[in-house]
Amino acid sequence: MLMITDVRNTSESVPLQKTTREIYLPPQRSTITGGGTAHIAAREFSVYYGEFEAVKKVSADILSKYVTAIIGPSGCGKSTFLRAINRMNDLIPSCHTTGALLFDGEDIYGKFTDEVLLRKKVGMVFQKPNPFPKSIFDNIAYGPRLHGVNDKKKLMEIVERSLRKAAIWDEVCDRLDKNALGLSGGQQQRLCVARTLAVEPEVLLLDEPTSALDPKATAKIEDLIQELRGSYTIMIVTHNMQQASRVSDSTMFFYEGILVEHAPTAQLFVNPKDPMTEDYITGRFS
Amino acid sequence: MNIGTRKILDRSFTAVGIGSIVVMALALMIVVVPIVYNGIGAVFFTGTVEHRKMLHAEFRRGDSQYLSSEVASSNRYRAKVYDMLTGFEAELETMAPEKKAEYQAKYSQVRTALQALLGPLPGDPEPMLTRFKYGQTRWEKAEEKLHDLLYESKWDNTNPNVMGKEYFVSRAIGFEGTSLARLFPYVKDNLENMLLPEFTFYWGFITDSSVDSHFFGGIWPEIQGTFFLAIGAMLFAFPLGVVAAVYFTEYAKPGFLNSMLRSANSTLAGVPSIVFGMFGLAFFINTMKVSESKSVIAGALTLAIMILPTIIRAAEEAILAVPKTYREASLSLGSTKWNTIATVILPAALPGILTGGVISLGRAAGETAPIIFTAAVSVGSAIGLADVFSSPTPALSWNIYNLASEHEAATQIRHVQYGMVLALVTIVLLLNLSAIVLRARISKKLKG
Ligand SMILES: Nc1ncnc2c1ncn2[C@@H]1O[C@H](COP(=O)(O)OP(=O)(O)O)[C@@H](O)[C@H]1O
Ligand SMILES: [Mg+2]
Repeated sequence: MLMITDVRNTSESVPLQKTTREIYLPPQRSTITGGGTAHIAAREFSVYYGEFEAVKKVSADILSKYVTAIIGPSGCGKSTFLRAINRMNDLIPSCHTTGALLFDGEDIYGKFTDEVLLRKKVGMVFQKPNPFPKSIFDNIAYGPRLHGVNDKKKLMEIVERSLRKAAIWDEVCDRLDKNALGLSGGQQQRLCVARTLAVEPEVLLLDEPTSALDPKATAKIEDLIQELRGSYTIMIVTHNMQQASRVSDSTMFFYEGILVEHAPTAQLFVNPKDPMTEDYITGRFS
Repeated sequence: MNIGTRKILDRSFTAVGIGSIVVMALALMIVVVPIVYNGIGAVFFTGTVEHRKMLHAEFRRGDSQYLSSEVASSNRYRAKVYDMLTGFEAELETMAPEKKAEYQAKYSQVRTALQALLGPLPGDPEPMLTRFKYGQTRWEKAEEKLHDLLYESKWDNTNPNVMGKEYFVSRAIGFEGTSLARLFPYVKDNLENMLLPEFTFYWGFITDSSVDSHFFGGIWPEIQGTFFLAIGAMLFAFPLGVVAAVYFTEYAKPGFLNSMLRSANSTLAGVPSIVFGMFGLAFFINTMKVSESKSVIAGALTLAIMILPTIIRAAEEAILAVPKTYREASLSLGSTKWNTIATVILPAALPGILTGGVISLGRAAGETAPIIFTAAVSVGSAIGLADVFSSPTPALSWNIYNLASEHEAATQIRHVQYGMVLALVTIVLLLNLSAIVLRARISKKLKG
């Protein structure tokens, strides 16, 4: 097996644990593709809503700087798995987990894990665009301000850089002080991407980011993912098989909470190992 | 059901709907129109020279030169009245004793009526009470007093089976054959010359303090007291209510204590306001001793307790109505819970929170019962801001009741009572209106 060096700059990486490190596992080497280092690793990881096990004993490695697509029929636990990674499920009182989910080798659900710091490193874009009812500038500057940037010039730099990265700068540069809710749905979604990028995350979680958008806006978001590929570890939940095959390097197929197959995208779509995967991607069920 | 019947039902529902709205509007008119009509009379009315004299003497207002020319002109006509009085007094001396006694009694009634109409007569000692220092200041009152001068009111009690009936007897007839008989037609014909009625815009009704327990002057002490109490109540209740709402919606863990607190809050919202008044007296004044006796601070605290449940509920609803997505967006950017509440949830909930606040402010301004025992006095001057911890204050809500029911001359000052009612209604309406405007503006800003 090939040893691939970690491409991420780990020198300024801050540990997630508030105090004592509970467990530390060395970065996982990938078990599925020949290369890369696991940025996020799941081991026998389950998510429950009360008694109901929505994600069942998933073990997987999400490779650093790769685009990983998650596909599967509605209700199979895609969002649940994604939201487990930045602990958005904490908002649901009945939700709890078993097994291990590691970020950079650290236990995301560790007793001492600082979920605020985790979320800073693991940004998320939601299904429905959700800008704050504030100006475009304030939307983007929200995260940096939270994390202590107050200098007006520095903020302006960050805002411009983030908006450019999200390919929306040209459309909004002359109305940064206008309310973000005045933008179109597609623009709002790219604004949300920019807002997430402004806190300089390492991971970008996208939960069906285009399902509420028209085809033109969808194409723009897909282009954007292509732009960001290689700079961030990206996970995208999608209903759209074409989208998954267009934008991702590897694909996970979930069915009823079980990770049925996880393989490089080209392989999974052309030559699926599991008959269930084949049925799904050929559209025999949805 | 066939289409025909459905249409008929539809129409009749519409008719009933419109009908009930019309009835509501009419009821509102019936309440509001007299209040506005009579209340405005406290500010716009036909004032006499006595009103201008009073303003000049009590408030140093008005042009003294013009006033003295007016007084001189009015005195020219009054002089004749006074001459007739002296003439008749001389005539009295010449009468036979029993005749003299009979006229004396009637004459003193005439003098009293004239004093009420024109103010103190020559030779009268300087009155102690300000109300007796002037004649009628308002023309419509002067006309009533003229009637009192011209006619003696008598009661017909001959039929024991029915209530007595009032009837009037001309005083002029009583004095027929004496020199005083000329007085009555003279006063009747020259009243305008003696009182010089003039259209008056008395803006001071809002800003003046009262003179001789609201016989003259304005209602500023009451207006200021109402503002002190309502705003004071808000200062306590608003921050407390918002914090409590944040606690209930964001931090409270479901459990016994939480459900106890919640039901306590709901129960408080339904407690009659007089109970809050008693509570305020017992708790804030007698137990906590926030002040020696009644004070603005004790009243404000009592009102604060009364409006707290409303503010909490409004704020809770507003916070719960904030879309979940804002919270998710903020948290996903690495915000702490508290930061999310402060920078996203509360700003988005602000319109609802403020509306609840302003409506409660209106309620605090209008309530009477909670301040009876804790803050309100009937007569008093406007207090300074430094005195709120020790002094009670007059307030509109309480004084409307007090002036109408307990004032020694309630019927003489109807215009003041209506003026106060109008002032209170206006304040409450303006507060509610500003709530609507505020809400619309902030929601517009939030919606972009
Ligand atoms: N808050 C919740 N409480 C209870 N069950 C939930 C909740 N959210 C999702 N579920 C259930 O968990 C399963 C997975 O949901 P989800 O992850 O949203 O599916 P997907 O995103 O793949 O459509 C579904 O059966 C859903 O009904
Ligand atoms: Mg989903």
